[in-house]
Amino acid sequence: MRTGAHKHNDAVIVAKALGKVYREGTTELRALESVDLEVAAGELTLLMGPSGSGKTTLLSILGCILRASEGRLEILGEDVGSLEESELPRIRRDAIGFVFQGFNLFPTLTAAENVALALDLRGVRGAVAHKRAEELLAEVGLAQKARAFPADLSGGQKQRVAIARALAGDPPIVLADEPTAALDSTSGRTVIELLQRLAREHRRAVVMVTHDPRVLPFGDRTIHLEDGRIVRAEKNIVTGLKETLFVEAPVTGASIPQEFSV
Amino acid sequence: MGLLARRNLFHDKVRFVVTLTGIVFALVLIIIQFGLFLGFTTTTSNNIDHSNADLWIVFHGVGYFDTGRNFSERKFYQVLSTPGVERAEKYMQSFGRWKRPDGRVENIQVIGFHPGSGLGEPWNIVEGSTADLRQEDSVLVDELYREKLGVGKIGDRVEIGDHRARVVGFTRGIRSFTTSPYVYATFKSSLDYTNPTSSEDSTAYILVKAKPADSPTELQARLQARLTDVDVYTTAEFSRKTRFYWMFTTGAGLAVLTAALMGLIVGVAVVAQTIYAATMDHIREYGTLKAMGATNRYLYRVLIEQAVWSAVLGYAAAMVVAHFIVEGSAKGGAVILMPWSMSAGMLGLAVVMCIAAALVSINKVTKIDPAMVFRG
Repeated sequence: MRTGAHKHNDAVIVAKALGKVYREGTTELRALESVDLEVAAGELTLLMGPSGSGKTTLLSILGCILRASEGRLEILGEDVGSLEESELPRIRRDAIGFVFQGFNLFPTLTAAENVALALDLRGVRGAVAHKRAEELLAEVGLAQKARAFPADLSGGQKQRVAIARALAGDPPIVLADEPTAALDSTSGRTVIELLQRLAREHRRAVVMVTHDPRVLPFGDRTIHLEDGRIVRAEKNIVTGLKETLFVEAPVTGASIPQEFSV
Repeated sequence: MGLLARRNLFHDKVRFVVTLTGIVFALVLIIIQFGLFLGFTTTTSNNIDHSNADLWIVFHGVGYFDTGRNFSERKFYQVLSTPGVERAEKYMQSFGRWKRPDGRVENIQVIGFHPGSGLGEPWNIVEGSTADLRQEDSVLVDELYREKLGVGKIGDRVEIGDHRARVVGFTRGIRSFTTSPYVYATFKSSLDYTNPTSSEDSTAYILVKAKPADSPTELQARLQARLTDVDVYTTAEFSRKTRFYWMFTTGAGLAVLTAALMGLIVGVAVVAQTIYAATMDHIREYGTLKAMGATNRYLYRVLIEQAVWSAVLGYAAAMVVAHFIVEGSAKGGAVILMPWSMSAGMLGLAVVMCIAAALVSINKVTKIDPAMVFRG
């Protein structure tokens, strides 16, 4: 078993033996192999690993953007593999908020309009959407920047707008792809604290791909991927002190689970 | 969605101006070509359409107005004695030579009619009247051809086919599709101008007015059965035959319509290119929207809304430009007509053109892989 998770009763993401193979002609590239993962509400999970280790592929699959080639994925108890392609946007709208490394804000829209657009996708429009957008911006500390365009915001502010936008549909799951990579340390800290608060105070399941060692203390769990497989999972007991949950023997490939009660 | 569509469209002002220019160019080109087509077709048959006649009797085989061929006036009396005919008039169309006061010679088409008959009379008379034609050797010409015919005012004297003539009035906006202007005269004078040796016992056409209680088509059948060596057409039929001849048999209309089609193709290409370029500029945003759960239908609506905005604004600008061109054409040799139905149709065409242009972008957006948002 390659597991990056402990069992949770309130798991919102359950992945079993996930695999992803990219095919081009006769060439096959295995990007992900036998990944077992459970992510619970209220938990900030960090996905780490070198480039090409499969972090982004895993995040894309968990975000229902990419389909797994193998295994089973449940989002809020719904078997994603059994859904038609046309149903995936609904899962993404209803269950998941995305935060991207490059912010991916719409440059022609103000901060409030960026958030309102995410509400528009969900059928919320007009004054209701506007009010909700301003509330969400206030939640991320940007009430005063509602009418600012992205070009007039700092990197950290942009990412906070992106987080407000991700929360527009009140999703139980937030997936973040290296959200601090483009930020200075102060902004990065603000963003990671915000994501941590989303998990701890708002009971959201936050999964974050990162290369940034500065964010490690903030995660509840850190899952290390290499060559498409989970090779190590650690649980933070207190800041800076890790408890290893699982280690894969590097030579034989056999897994040696080490469960600890916290 | 609407906001995103508008902001993306208007954000890059240079691109937006290029888009609008493309649409305006295409629409104005189409309006000019279709307007010319309408103007030409109307011009070819204007004497028929304004004749106030129900039926036109022509020499057998004459397919259009400008090649009238004379036949015996006995047929005229046969027509008059046919039940259902309220009145009938002889009508002449013939080419002639107009010698200007400065000696230069121009080809003309002489139209002979009976002033006061109410059939086949010129219209839009701005100086003089048809009654003035009762004076000997008098003619009415259109003011568009003052310069070509070398006359400026009432009373100017010229020669038509070695026969002296005097201008007694002017019409406005009666163009000839050929290079030979129409010159209106009494039926008798028209014979003198074009064929001094002929007598009044022949005519090129007979114009017939049916009695109010009689159906023109029934009278047409009755006359056709009674008369030999002539064809009897309703005014609409003869008008259609004349228009068809000039527009399609000669290829003139085809050339104009082809140019209109080219305008349409150029318009679609220009708009498609600009909308596609704008879409590619925002491709990552569309990918983000998809990742956030936007359906393809949602994205199509954004693109179509952009296309419709482009169409409406381009149409408005094109109408302003076209208005000035149409106004200007009224004083020129070739009239461009833009009836309200064409103006309304152009709006529909602009929208269809822009949506068609957006299809390339729609196809592109459909194929966006939302996973692109995680790539760098």
